[in-house]
Amino acid sequence: MSVKTIPMYKRPESLSDVRTHYCAGCGHGIIHKLIAEVLDELELREKTIVIAPVGCSVLIYNYLEVDGLEAAHGRAPAVATGIKRARPEMLVISYQGDGDLLAIGTGETVHAANRGEDISVIFVNNAIYGMTGGQLAPTTLVGQKTLTSPAGRNSADVGFPIRACEMLDTLEAPAYIERTSVHNPGAIRKTKKAIFKALKYQKEGRGYSFVEILSMCPTNWGVQPPEAADWVKSDMVPWYPLKKFRDRPADEDADKEKAS
Amino acid sequence: MSEKVLMKGNEALAEAAVIAGCRHYFAYPITPQNEIPAYMSRRMPEVGGTFLQAESELAAISMVLGAAAGGVRAMTSSSSPGISLKQEGISYIAGSELPCVLVNIMRGGPGLGAIAGAQGDYFQATRGGGNGDYRTIVLAPGSAQELADFTIEAFDLADEYRMPVMILADGYIGQMSEPVVLPKPSGKSFEKPWALTGAKGRKKNIICSMKLIPDTALEEHNLRLQEKYDLITEKVHRVDTYMTDDADWLVVAYGTSARIARKAVDRLRGEGIKAGLFRPLTLWPFPEKELFEVGSKVQKILTVEMSLGQMVEDVKLTMNGEVEVDFHGRAGGAVPALDDIIERINGYERENHTHVQAS
Repeated sequence: MSVKTIPMYKRPESLSDVRTHYCAGCGHGIIHKLIAEVLDELELREKTIVIAPVGCSVLIYNYLEVDGLEAAHGRAPAVATGIKRARPEMLVISYQGDGDLLAIGTGETVHAANRGEDISVIFVNNAIYGMTGGQLAPTTLVGQKTLTSPAGRNSADVGFPIRACEMLDTLEAPAYIERTSVHNPGAIRKTKKAIFKALKYQKEGRGYSFVEILSMCPTNWGVQPPEAADWVKSDMVPWYPLKKFRDRPADEDADKEKAS
Repeated sequence: MSEKVLMKGNEALAEAAVIAGCRHYFAYPITPQNEIPAYMSRRMPEVGGTFLQAESELAAISMVLGAAAGGVRAMTSSSSPGISLKQEGISYIAGSELPCVLVNIMRGGPGLGAIAGAQGDYFQATRGGGNGDYRTIVLAPGSAQELADFTIEAFDLADEYRMPVMILADGYIGQMSEPVVLPKPSGKSFEKPWALTGAKGRKKNIICSMKLIPDTALEEHNLRLQEKYDLITEKVHRVDTYMTDDADWLVVAYGTSARIARKAVDRLRGEGIKAGLFRPLTLWPFPEKELFEVGSKVQKILTVEMSLGQMVEDVKLTMNGEVEVDFHGRAGGAVPALDDIIERINGYERENHTHVQAS
């Protein structure tokens, strides 16, 4: 009698077998793995282009076994637009952080969404600039101390943290907008579902999808990884509610089912 | 195809881009190049291409970068202040070794300046307005016909050397309507195994300008780029000379300035004064060898520009003190007057006579 072994857990084919450069407790590694798992499940690895932003995830192309392209700071949605228009058969992922997406690249973010570009934007919001050493981000919470807001974010001086999903939800064209988090296993599972939807919708040519993921930066927050995960839940979630803002493809499918 | 048609320079350039196989054009409106996006917005859908009016120059050049990475022929056009904004993307495209065509239909600056044609962006175009050690090939057309012809060549040069190629023309060249014989496609084709087409049956392709590992990677990358630039300096230089064989006085000019200078040469020749015109058609690489050959045989060189003295520095570097280099320039959309050029060279002639009589 032979024993058949079924692997319960393995490295996704879309994830490169390399050592990570991310800090302990950082959320990028988790999110990269989720994208890789989804690419495997949707069998999209050989048809995917990932756009690397400027920021901690600038080396994302080292972690995914897909074609990779670097964008200037904030321009990832424009670069994604260019290559998607040139290669509409490819799946294009614009992976961006908060400084990239909501400060230097706000224009590109809003207009790619407004055109309803058939791309998927994965937005990692950890409320701080990581790569440059912990400066104030457009998503830094009021009162949060950073390298450039040593007394805490003062809303009277620099305004309030921007809510990307809510802002994009005012636009007509986007197909799918959801905010999730990676602070605990349950949240991670929900994030994977959201990434799955976003990439599946793009595969089906159903328009612009946007997933905002609340994530941890223990190094620049100056806390231990477990505390960082707790802080996402206790401090970030109240300002950035975890929510599906829009899911037009699902609505359309439901309508079709009702009609038939 | 060999029929002459009356076209604005900007439109001749746009149609030539379509002939060259460009199917991806991204731009932001700015005068005096608005005919190009207007033409492309109509023409691209007819040929199954993409016209996209971007939200900014920064976005437009990044869209070009993205499309070029996909292996297609991509172009953007703008005018001076818009080209300043594009410098970010131009540097990234140069660093990432992607091919594309950039068009600068120059207007007066600095800043917002004014909309009339000028040649004040020579430094920016030939020295590189973006960060880092990089070059862009710069072509300088002087007519609607050359705008069209050089566009065909620009796409080939971009693909051959995997780098941005800029067409640098003043607003008058872009705006003027002239008879044009639309060019034929060059017929050249280029393999692009580096393009992002999906990692199927091959390793993943990565296109980036950041080189971190090992520590020497970025210097090696720069040295390799430099080798390419050296090769181009050796191989890519185009000039047009007029009445230079027996010239005593040589005018060096490009674009609209060269058209006026050519008229001046005709008038001076009519008066028995031996003037000639040297017109660089590539501004980078600057045609040093050709200029030195012609320039070292004349008594004096006059550089004429619609700026207060930019290309004149390359002329001086080329001549390296061998022959005196004078300058006449107008700025802010003003055009050098024919009589001013003639008078300047008549002055040289008079000075020469006085000198000869005195000695």
